[in-house]
Amino acid sequence: MSSSGLEDLYREIILDHYRNPRNRGSMEVPPSQRVEAYNPLCGDEVVVYLLENNGVLEDVRIEGQGCSISQSSASLMSAAVKGKTVEETRKIISDFKKLMSIHESKLEDSTDDTQMDLDLDAMGELAALQGVVRFPVRIKCAILAWNALAQGLDEISDVSTDKTK
Amino acid sequence: MTDTDTDTDTATATTQLDIERIKQDFPLLSKGFHGESIVYLDSAASSQRPSCVIDAMSGYYNYSHANVHRGVYKLAEEADRLYENARITAGKFVGAPDPAREIVFTKNATEAINLIAYSWGMHRLNEGDVVVVTEIEHHANLVPWIMLHKERGVELRVIPMRDDYLLDLDNLEEMVDGAKLVACTLMSNVLGTIPPFKKIADAAHSAGAIVVADGAQLVPHAHVDVKELGCDFLAFSGHKMLGPTGVGVLWGKAELLDSMPPFMGGGGMILDVKFEGIVPAEIPTRFEAGTPPIAEAVGLTAAIEYLDNIGMNNICRHDAELTAYTIDSLKDTFGRDITIMGPDITEDRGGVISLALKDIHPHDLAQVLDESNVCIRAGHHCAKPLMRRLGTSATARASFYLYNDTSDADRLIEALSKAASIFG
Repeated sequence: MSSSGLEDLYREIILDHYRNPRNRGSMEVPPSQRVEAYNPLCGDEVVVYLLENNGVLEDVRIEGQGCSISQSSASLMSAAVKGKTVEETRKIISDFKKLMSIHESKLEDSTDDTQMDLDLDAMGELAALQGVVRFPVRIKCAILAWNALAQGLDEISDVSTDKTK
Repeated sequence: MTDTDTDTDTATATTQLDIERIKQDFPLLSKGFHGESIVYLDSAASSQRPSCVIDAMSGYYNYSHANVHRGVYKLAEEADRLYENARITAGKFVGAPDPAREIVFTKNATEAINLIAYSWGMHRLNEGDVVVVTEIEHHANLVPWIMLHKERGVELRVIPMRDDYLLDLDNLEEMVDGAKLVACTLMSNVLGTIPPFKKIADAAHSAGAIVVADGAQLVPHAHVDVKELGCDFLAFSGHKMLGPTGVGVLWGKAELLDSMPPFMGGGGMILDVKFEGIVPAEIPTRFEAGTPPIAEAVGLTAAIEYLDNIGMNNICRHDAELTAYTIDSLKDTFGRDITIMGPDITEDRGGVISLALKDIHPHDLAQVLDESNVCIRAGHHCAKPLMRRLGTSATARASFYLYNDTSDADRLIEALSKAASIFG
């Protein structure tokens, strides 16, 4: 592994979100939704609070502890989805999971978006996490918070379905 | 150490190990990983093995393989002889009084401890009986006893760890009072702590308990003698002592083993089988159902011969010197930024160093170190109760063996400095 791989993993944006996590804290449940994700292998832990109103994630808060990748990914995620609609958020989750499933050999040619079927520019700061795929063991660190977010959205949908019944 | 080796390896006459020479016996360490030199500091998880171990196994598979037990042809007799020789070798290595009867081959140390828990524990322990463990145990010497708590209503008592990473034995007599079984590690895989086992075993015996020693970490690194330890059972693993994976060893006192029912049922472990019931075989085959790990036992024999040839006291002293050198260098280089989770003194600790550098997460540390081809382990090391006691979810751990030297320690520190600068 060349040292550029490591620089690719620990980009400045990632280290910044690790040192200064955004949207840190908790919210009252209810009205907010609380979801925990835990990686028993390494002890990484992320708690996501979602406050949804009229189909919009009005507020997102993050708690937890773990490695730089799991915690910066949670912070980047909170910044990316706060204020977005539930539908927009689902699209962001789907794009992020695609980013994590790109084979590392395709990264060399990352300017070719058609090959990856992803608009990296549109992903903003989240694209900084693409270096993670070079380190397969760490993908589950990066994806931890996103699994919690996806579960939270499902629970929100369940609640609103119940209400309409 | 066995009697035959005392002339070359005694407590008083230790010799300096020639590490450059030893590295030549390990292709990975002399030739590198994909051509790049590697610093392997994860022997507490699994050691590397010298070519002579692989050669012994391939020689067996190429020229001597047949199934063991009851073969009438010469080839099968040869396989039998090699397998039983492995039993004797493993037994002598830990000072077993009657190796032919007291050594049971399992697949690893974990299975050896499970054998005790299921065969002895499930039949001898009842609701309210006390099993004593310590706070620094590996899950292998913890989970089987917790499962007995669940299944048999056994009460679990835990000897706590002090803030200096040694066991708190102030209330030892009280702790073991009324206990039926005391299970304790010979060396912590996280802290390197070597508990005063004899003292614990004596107290346990006075209270009428039997004593289980988890030797997975210490047996590969020091002279261990079951008579001197005063244990009733000892479990250890082949792959942590230069041997192959897939073979573990249980030593148990003959009279205890003889009183125990089979662990698993199948071929090889019976004298007679009728639909109405079975007559179990004598020990130790009573506990070895099915075809045993024959090639692995042959490999273990070669590993033990290799270790004996170098001398366990020499290895133990080498580990201690390298550990002291590394801890000193870590403190010199990183000062207050480094936390070492293990005893300060070298007499009560082995060559395992759990550390924290600033607030860098252990996984990030291990990732950056890997970039310099320095292999350390990050995680809970199968000791979650201990992690809780340490107030963390994971540590970064470097562990040494006879093929590591100060240049490996220097490269560890260099790589740690790189991590410190990235996460500054």
